[in-house]
Amino acid sequence: MNWGAEIAKAVLAAVGMFTFLAIVAAMFGVLLERKIGGWIQSRLGPKHVGPQGLLQTLADTLKLLQKEHITPRAADAVVFNTAPLVVATAGLMGWLVIPFGTLGGTVLVVRDLNIGILFFAAMASMTVIGILAGGWSSNNKYSLLGALRSASQMISYELPLGMALVAVAMEAGTLSTVGIVRAQDGWMGSFIFRQFPAFVIFLVAATAEVNRVPFDLPEAESELVAGYLSEYSGMRFSLFMLGEYAEMFAMAAMTTTLFLGGWKGPLLPPLVWFFLKMYLVVFFMMWVRWTFPRFRLDQLLSLCWKVLLPAGLIWILISGYRITF
Amino acid sequence: MLLLDWLYVAAFAVIGLLLAALSLAIVWVLSPRSAYPQKRMTYESGVVPIGQAWAQFNIRYYLFGLVFVIFAVEVIYLYPWAIVFRQLGKFAFFEMLIFLVVLLLGLAYAWRKGALEWT
Repeated sequence: MNWGAEIAKAVLAAVGMFTFLAIVAAMFGVLLERKIGGWIQSRLGPKHVGPQGLLQTLADTLKLLQKEHITPRAADAVVFNTAPLVVATAGLMGWLVIPFGTLGGTVLVVRDLNIGILFFAAMASMTVIGILAGGWSSNNKYSLLGALRSASQMISYELPLGMALVAVAMEAGTLSTVGIVRAQDGWMGSFIFRQFPAFVIFLVAATAEVNRVPFDLPEAESELVAGYLSEYSGMRFSLFMLGEYAEMFAMAAMTTTLFLGGWKGPLLPPLVWFFLKMYLVVFFMMWVRWTFPRFRLDQLLSLCWKVLLPAGLIWILISGYRITF
Repeated sequence: MLLLDWLYVAAFAVIGLLLAALSLAIVWVLSPRSAYPQKRMTYESGVVPIGQAWAQFNIRYYLFGLVFVIFAVEVIYLYPWAIVFRQLGKFAFFEMLIFLVVLLLGLAYAWRKGALEWT
């Protein structure tokens, strides 16, 4: 095997995916969020930069690139400056296993790992390390509280997320994402029908995992002044945001892959179907964000440990019973 | 082929870090520098910060972390079973039933003991 060529291909794939995420997930995602938020609240949203405000986030990015790099004196400088890199990278890693569609017989996926969804879950939980490191190293009381809340929330919701993944893996009999899409044959074959409780658990846990309303306690602007982000400014703040949006789009893409039949659909090309479904889930998450108020921390943890976790365990048992007998 | 898979994983990790660091390098080139002591002070709603933030915090966060470790390990055990239980038939199902019931009992115990309460 020609290792040089393989390394070049891997590097190209990584650079391409990072660019794709920066443009589609971060820039376009933020614009979409602001537009949808505007419409839901009877405002117009960004409108003046470029046609219909399309270039708004590009302008914001250019502005953020010129912001001064401030590290608070009391902060642990090394950890403080590394944490955003960890979050951004963790957001990127999950995309390694997401299949975008088929093009002339080949599946468009960076790498179809044989442990696909386990890898995805592992990478999704990497984010918490960056957030905890960032919040703790800021040496700011709000940041510390935000980071601790984030840690307890994200590790808690990882469990229902994992249970939903296990239920899907049982149904499909494989952990590979391409295999899971292949296992969903026909229109009614999508796992959303056979695994509906797992779908609900996954969607709720995914929303909590990416720290979005109604589970945005770590950031809670009104009580914690943006929580773990308080001390971050300029590009390091946007790296956190990039990681968060990449993660959110990854969760939407994963929902599509696991439950909505991935790239499958009639008439339109597979790639179009994939993006349609992904944006549908993204829209749903944004809709929820601009509609619901925030949970309290004890309510949040009760929902996870007393509702979703037992429900996930029992659903695994029910699925196991149904498939075995 | 397995090695090749992990080459891609390594490439994603390294390139992700490098590109993120590159954006900070651009900032380093473009951004102005005007540091004065007040600017580098920790933010605390406009007043001078009182004491350090690296202080004691609620033990509850730690408790949830502990309970999490138990269940995270459990979920890891479920993955291999989920792949092969079709081939193993009824035996594997009842095995896993016992495992899951023990865990549910554990959850019930933690619940009863108040480990899942915030107050």
